[in-house]
Amino acid sequence: MNQIDQTTIWIIIVGLAVGSYALRFTFIGLVGDRPMPPWLLRHLRYTAVAILPALIAPLVVWPAATEGQPDIPRMSAAAVALSVGILTKNVLAAIFTGAATLYTLLYLVG
Amino acid sequence: MASATSKSYFWKGFRDGTPFVFVAVPFGLLFGVFSTEAGLNIVQTIAFSITVFAGAAQFTALQLLQDETPTIIVLISALAVNLRVAMYSASLTPYLGAAPLWQRACAAYLIVDQSYACSIAQFEKKPDLAIPQRMAYFLGSVTPITPLWVLGTCLGAVLGAQIPESWALDFALPITFLAMIGPMMRTLAHVIAALVAIVVALLTVSVPFNLGLLIAGAAGMMAGAQAELMLKRNAP
Repeated sequence: MNQIDQTTIWIIIVGLAVGSYALRFTFIGLVGDRPMPPWLLRHLRYTAVAILPALIAPLVVWPAATEGQPDIPRMSAAAVALSVGILTKNVLAAIFTGAATLYTLLYLVG
Repeated sequence: MASATSKSYFWKGFRDGTPFVFVAVPFGLLFGVFSTEAGLNIVQTIAFSITVFAGAAQFTALQLLQDETPTIIVLISALAVNLRVAMYSASLTPYLGAAPLWQRACAAYLIVDQSYACSIAQFEKKPDLAIPQRMAYFLGSVTPITPLWVLGTCLGAVLGAQIPESWALDFALPITFLAMIGPMMRTLAHVIAALVAIVVALLTVSVPFNLGLLIAGAAGMMAGAQAELMLKRNAP
């Protein structure tokens, strides 16, 4: 694992602290009751469902732990976690079934 | 007494927010472990959790840091992941926007998935609540998880080094995020946004500085917004 530079770490922490607070404060603090353009709201609605899968997809298909080789236990665990989440709407159930799938298959395959 | 009813709304929020403890503690633990593995010390890990208070963005930043991504890209990507709190803030504004500025400034820090989900459900169900009651409920809903999120982080940071590689914690983050994504798939437009983002992310994986993430995120957002418009147009 790469050693991260100390200054960089603090820049990231402070930058994210300030930036996250700004994101939270902008609307409730500054915008108040003024209406926002519908096109902006329409795009904001899909930020989480676009960014999070985009972050995860490469990690699932090419896991770092297997040096980028596609891996059946990890792919299956991902599929189970996502499916259970969609079907049950229960985040914890999805985490536990996903983890159980990963460990079972790692045990059987590895 | 206005203050007495506000107090009861605080406790109502507290009760409604308590189940999220079962998400905040493991998620905090995981972040603590992940953070120490990435090379952050305990002070940095705890400072991260207290000041940023946004698990998904924190995980994103650490993941990208390990991939030797330039600092500015790390910041932009993590904040992009956190854009949804801006959305929450916007959505809460009609209900809390008339509160005193200092209260809104404090509430802003406490806008997280859980407090938003609890509060917006309550505010929509009971539209005639007074502003102090709403504020008390909001504060109550986030009170159980805030200290436990930080405590979980500490614990994870302390235990982190002792967790063996065979536990495959490298995959804890993907599983946790995938589990969070599932319940977000409320409409066809959400599904389209996610699918487009995934395809673009896989196609742009060789783009330097992890810029593929932002390209894929933007593509997904545009796809979701367009899909929403088209679905609305085709609706009877």
